[in-house]
Amino acid sequence: MSMLSIFNVSGSAVSAQSQRLNVVASNLANADTVAGPDGQAYKARQVVFQTVPFGQAGQPATAAGVQVSQVTEDQTAGRRVLDPKHPQADADGYVTYSNVNAVEEMVNMISASRSYQNNLEVMNTAKTLLLKTLQLGQGG
Amino acid sequence: MMDRLTDTLNFQAQALTLRSERQRLIASNIANADTPGYVAREMDFAAALREATGAATPGNQMLATRPGHIAPAAGAVSEAGLKYATPSQTNLDRNTVDMDRERAAFADNAVHYEATLRFINGSVRTMLSAITGQ
Repeated sequence: MSMLSIFNVSGSAVSAQSQRLNVVASNLANADTVAGPDGQAYKARQVVFQTVPFGQAGQPATAAGVQVSQVTEDQTAGRRVLDPKHPQADADGYVTYSNVNAVEEMVNMISASRSYQNNLEVMNTAKTLLLKTLQLGQGG
Repeated sequence: MMDRLTDTLNFQAQALTLRSERQRLIASNIANADTPGYVAREMDFAAALREATGAATPGNQMLATRPGHIAPAAGAVSEAGLKYATPSQTNLDRNTVDMDRERAAFADNAVHYEATLRFINGSVRTMLSAITGQ
């Protein structure tokens, strides 16, 4: 039953996309964070996707899933705002905010949510087809 | 006699297997739509079906001409049936999945899969009514 592995393939993609949505959510939540527990401003995080072949060894890989290979941190400098009255202001009166770009994160979120929906639909179609296959030869 | 009875079913079964194989291939492409560097694969369905039903010998199949040679596994889909999709628009991350095309191919393949199922159901019903003689 080669169709059954569609659930593995699409399931891995849905899981990877939800991880991406999680990262976007934490980035957006921290868009205006000044300093984290370690005294450093929050750095925007980004997931990196990687293909995982699911087929048996020696066979051409017709089934390829996705996994999150790593979560990287954006190392660019954070946004600096002049606000001498702020408690976290440095000696020059500047406050360093996180380096999250809200517009980029929103675009990332829309893309992740569309991919998530696409994979769910693939699974739904595969389920319908498999259920119809189970009724094969019953005169239906 | 019995094998002639199920002869038509065999062809449909091969087609059904290939359809499910293609469905899985397209699902993999859709799953990897956001993976950097992923190259989309596509199946030449007509060629794969010809190969599966024995109407054509695959172009790059291994030949076993000497006793020590390993014979290709029966029923294995050769790489010849799998092709690389040409991207209609290039991508910065070298991903060649075209989501519009994949969605269309997925829907097309699902309909064809169901059509094959109905063909099989139809011939089963025909045979059953021939057997019961009503």
